[in-house]
Amino acid sequence: MSREVPILEVKDLTVAYRIGDHWLEAIRDVNLTLHAGQIYGLVGESGSGKTTLAMAILNYLGENGKIRKGSIVFEGEEISSLSKEAMRSYWGRKIALVPQNPLSSLNPTLPVGEQVQEVLRYHLKMPSAVAHQRVLELFERVRLADPERVARSYPHQISGGMQQRVMIAMALATSPRLLLLDEPTTSLDVTTQASILDLIKELIQGQEMAVLYVTHNLGVVVELCHRVAVLYAGELVEDAPLEDLFSQPLHPYTYGLLKSVPKLGQNKREQVLSAIPGRIPALAQRGSGCIFRARCPLAIEACSVRPSLEQVNGQRSTRCHRWQEIAHQEIELSHLFEGEEAFQEPVSIRKQAEASALDAEGIVVEFDTHQSLIESIFSHRKRKIKAVKDVSIHIQPGETLGLVGESGSGKTSLARAISGLNEPEAGSIRIYGLPASPKLSKRNREVLRRLQMVFQNPEEALNPFMTVGESLRRQLFVLQGIRGEEAQRAAEEMVRAVQLPVEVLNRRPNQLSGGEKQRIAIARAFITNPDVIIADEPVSSLDVSVQAAILNLINRLQGTFNNGLLFISHDLAVVGYLADQIAVIYLGALMQLCRAADLFEPPYHPYTEALLSAVPSVELEKKGQTIRLQGDLPSPSEPITGCPFHSRCPRKIGAICEREAPPWRVDERTQKRIYCHYTLEELVQLQAPI
Amino acid sequence: MLKYLLRRLGFLILTLLITSMVIFIVTQFLPGDVARVILGREAGEAALEALREELGLKDPLPVQYTRWLVNFIRGDWGKSYSTKTEIRPLVLGRLRNSLMLAAVILVISVPLAILLGVIAGLNENKFVDNVISIASLAVVGLPEFVTGLVLIQIFSFRLKLFPANSSIRPTTSFIEALPMLILPAMTATLVLLAYIARLTRAGVIEELKQQYVRTADLKGLPRRTVIFKHVLRNALIPTITVVAISMGWLISGLIVIENVFNYPGLGRLMVFAIDRRDLPLLQAVTMVAVLGFALSNLVADILYAILDPRIRLG
Repeated sequence: MSREVPILEVKDLTVAYRIGDHWLEAIRDVNLTLHAGQIYGLVGESGSGKTTLAMAILNYLGENGKIRKGSIVFEGEEISSLSKEAMRSYWGRKIALVPQNPLSSLNPTLPVGEQVQEVLRYHLKMPSAVAHQRVLELFERVRLADPERVARSYPHQISGGMQQRVMIAMALATSPRLLLLDEPTTSLDVTTQASILDLIKELIQGQEMAVLYVTHNLGVVVELCHRVAVLYAGELVEDAPLEDLFSQPLHPYTYGLLKSVPKLGQNKREQVLSAIPGRIPALAQRGSGCIFRARCPLAIEACSVRPSLEQVNGQRSTRCHRWQEIAHQEIELSHLFEGEEAFQEPVSIRKQAEASALDAEGIVVEFDTHQSLIESIFSHRKRKIKAVKDVSIHIQPGETLGLVGESGSGKTSLARAISGLNEPEAGSIRIYGLPASPKLSKRNREVLRRLQMVFQNPEEALNPFMTVGESLRRQLFVLQGIRGEEAQRAAEEMVRAVQLPVEVLNRRPNQLSGGEKQRIAIARAFITNPDVIIADEPVSSLDVSVQAAILNLINRLQGTFNNGLLFISHDLAVVGYLADQIAVIYLGALMQLCRAADLFEPPYHPYTEALLSAVPSVELEKKGQTIRLQGDLPSPSEPITGCPFHSRCPRKIGAICEREAPPWRVDERTQKRIYCHYTLEELVQLQAPI
Repeated sequence: MLKYLLRRLGFLILTLLITSMVIFIVTQFLPGDVARVILGREAGEAALEALREELGLKDPLPVQYTRWLVNFIRGDWGKSYSTKTEIRPLVLGRLRNSLMLAAVILVISVPLAILLGVIAGLNENKFVDNVISIASLAVVGLPEFVTGLVLIQIFSFRLKLFPANSSIRPTTSFIEALPMLILPAMTATLVLLAYIARLTRAGVIEELKQQYVRTADLKGLPRRTVIFKHVLRNALIPTITVVAISMGWLISGLIVIENVFNYPGLGRLMVFAIDRRDLPLLQAVTMVAVLGFALSNLVADILYAILDPRIRLG
């Protein structure tokens, strides 16, 4: 791997930001060496400084950021001291970036073809006509169908996956020497992410290019990278070849990170997730000792002195005083990070025979498309989009139903219909047999108490002007008429149940971290002991180390309160971990319904199969076939006949899928239900386990 | 795009219809008896009654409104009570004057304001920005009659460049009128300048923060390409539409400036009509003013659609 001159050499890089009058170090003493043909993964949670590091390498820090110390050598040249003007001959020509949000990274008022073309015209001095041809070729290389049309389109007219392909085409247009990818798939659906990763892998192969892939997703790293650097609070804590890092991490943080990710097929019945307690220290609070000390279960006295980055065997390095004990297995790692959750034994379902916690029958949700005033005056015909088409779900007390689907699949619409936030067009909702009106305003206090929601974004779900205590007590008062001493006691108890100190009752949401806020949102949902809780992507805005703790918490509370839980997520591993039953939804219709344990075994619905295949796994050994979906989710306003999935189905039989709605295939033994023209036996024949 | 235009046009017609009703009803409630205004204080009750009959003032309001609206659309705007002449040529003549002045104002103020705004925005919180921002704000705080008089003092009394009195005739051509338009236009420019410049500045600052600017920078494009091709294309969209909207105000809202320079524009005609309780004239002027506002809004919408593909292509 090692050549004479590396493409990029970062030495002892320290980057500081000005906050008020102070300069605070966001990156400290980072060393990285990238060679041609190498894909280097840079892993870190939010706040670890990974984007800052990428921007520092580009020498594109804002006015309030500066390189304090160290050097960045690109192809033998020191670039960290170059001016912005001098950098322009490197940017786009020798060093290119693919950013996280393709839509906001494209100019909204220029056709995307032109935005790629200008790079060619400027750097390679191509005449317009030649550059235009070249853009079409590039678009073909990144697998954009109908390049002519795409080139003429404005960013908002194409899908997120297509936008990212355009960004990749733009970055590769000049065959740069160094490619930085900053979370390029994070804003995309898992199926789109899979095909973009395939594309990146294919395009990079055989190129004399070094690639730095910045991500928080360990699965993506396994898919793509040769080497991985782990960044924590601005410091590189570990740097190793992929296999070494994943098979034998030498830093406790790396170990915790790896352990906190739920793996496909892992279930709460077998294993409690490990979570790293606490959170990344703020910039101002990064003391002089080991940066991970406060959260480290292995911390000893020596850790108050900052460890240096130690070479392990010429191949890897780590920043931990105790790496040798870890390497020689003098420390038992397997119980690390498991202490936080007091409640360890697997939760059992206490079946109550009388009634289901939730019965939602035949739910239909429709939205009006945008109508102007004039249209609504002169035309009576309303254009409708069916977001949820006749979906029925049932949840037993103490049971978790996981609802999985891509964005636009209708999972949130279904949740909002059940909770009454959107009035469903048709269908009935019963909570413990008690009918709930489709209209929220017609639901009485008792119905409201019985059904509570936890939202994706705790920032928006908590009233910023109320203290945590006020929020919790208000819930008790409004729904149950409990006030005063009693409410205060209940709030304290609940805060302890979500493992926060009682003092947070006097704090306001902006004084809490994201994970703490989500704990409060969960406390608020559970405090009135509802029969059903709907949790809509409650962990997807959180970092993996925090996510694990929240999942354990939900699990534990549910075990105590025995409520039914509708858990919505796009992350199959998370759903697979937490759920007892799983429903897979596509374009507003259920595709598959089964026990969580059976989700990962054939037969699958072809859509489930594609979803599973798309999940980047943190396991080093791959098995099973690779299934990729073609194209994007069809527009929901276009009527679809037959099976909703037929336009993208890799296992499409033929015309029958377009014409006829498929039957529900039911496995008598496992009660697995699949909505497909294939019989279960045929599917088993076709499919390999993933 | 066509659908968008038609929809906007539909809104425009609806707006005009509603405002015409409002104008008609409001003018009915103005104090004073029209017949007495026309015939004078000495007129006998019989004569007044006969005139009311003749003017149709005794008909029910909806009938009066419909008659007035139909006549207005047909181009029969009636006779002024006070000048006893046809209203239409009078109002259209004044409209011509107002449009001439508005055009000169736009030509002077818009390029200057955008230039200053862009310079300020690109140098956010630096010295140049502070100078531009403070200077333009200082000027906008002064009332028009003050700035107008100061300009007259300097440019016509001291330097003797432009006349202080801008009372042009209906027959004066644009070229002949031009020297007389400069000072009123400069006065209006001082009002508009700070507003447009600050809007432009805010637009530039806002767009510079966008991620596509980072993309453009990291393509290695020269700074001027990044600014002119990427930043300004987006930053000027709100400015341009606001300029279009302000056309309405320029046409009929420059009452003070018209008074200072004795300029025969629509604004002064409106004040005159109110002064004399001249209902038909007031209605006609107001309708023209509203039409001006509505049309400038339409132009703003169209410009917005042309400049922003997200609106144009949905």
